[in-house]
Amino acid sequence: MGKGIRQKFAGHIRLLVQVFFACITNGFAEGFATGSIYQGAFKRICVPGLNCYSCPGALGSCPLGSLQNSIAGRGKPFPFYVLGFLTVFGIVLGRAVCGFLCPFGLIQELLNKIPFPLKRKALPGDIYFRFVKYVILALFVVILPVFAVNAYGISAPWFCKYICPAGTLEGGLPLVLTDSGIRSSVGILFFIKLAILAAVLIFAVVVYRPFCRYFCPLGAIYGLFNKIALIRMTTDQGKCISCGKCEDACKMGVDPRTNPNSAECIRCGECIRKCPCKAISVERLYSRPSQQ
Amino acid sequence: MRRRVILVISVLLLLTGVVFIAAGKALGQDNAVLGKAIFICMECIGIG
Repeated sequence: MGKGIRQKFAGHIRLLVQVFFACITNGFAEGFATGSIYQGAFKRICVPGLNCYSCPGALGSCPLGSLQNSIAGRGKPFPFYVLGFLTVFGIVLGRAVCGFLCPFGLIQELLNKIPFPLKRKALPGDIYFRFVKYVILALFVVILPVFAVNAYGISAPWFCKYICPAGTLEGGLPLVLTDSGIRSSVGILFFIKLAILAAVLIFAVVVYRPFCRYFCPLGAIYGLFNKIALIRMTTDQGKCISCGKCEDACKMGVDPRTNPNSAECIRCGECIRKCPCKAISVERLYSRPSQQ
Repeated sequence: MRRRVILVISVLLLLTGVVFIAAGKALGQDNAVLGKAIFICMECIGIG
């Protein structure tokens, strides 16, 4: 196979994996037709990406929704089970989950392929906006579900309820369209969430993965693992000629020369493909370091 | 040396994750996840 063909093929492997995984995790096709959701035993397993368990096709559980429901309310036990899944996914893959296994990330990527004259590499104030996802993680995923309880000690999954555009797209819209009972229950909250979803999808045409970059608490969790995950990147400073092609190629705004394991890196591999000196590679932690 | 330290930390965290899943399963937390996920989550879809 020629070098050009091989490189082109490598660029499409990630897309194939993303589509395959989105289909596998939403494989309950019957649900889309009947407006019902899968109720089998697979739902006790958390999937790695942001995939609403109320999506008619969902075969597994969203780790973020499960985490909130595990801690929401008074007197809940420590959520060993869900944190275990998040730790295993995070330590093995880091944010490669975002790059390869998240259906909502795939949707944003596909939207970004739509030609648009005012495309931006990042929003103004990008480096500050990146911290918003950590604030959302702390506030809407942990603090409010744990402490904002009513008189009966019951709380809500605040992120799912007030923000999550994946839930609106994958769960809300299909169920509202197919189930008349749910359709009759639609209120102002649904339209607020619909507006959030519309904003995210429109922004996704202009900026690459805006929700993943600025707002996704699941990406924030996996980003914390990026520096110690088993799948890591390394830049060989001896080979690097500082041409900047890797930084130009990175759609997440990372400079792989100085920070190849940035919490923002989703392991898309674009920098590896664009590097003319093959200075960037996936680091194999289990191999002996090369003698230089 | 740095790589070895990272590898040790990674393996320890991986084991911690596996132990957490096993502990959660032993405590029945998988049933709690299942019990929530088999019903349509009204909050998630923007209705509750």
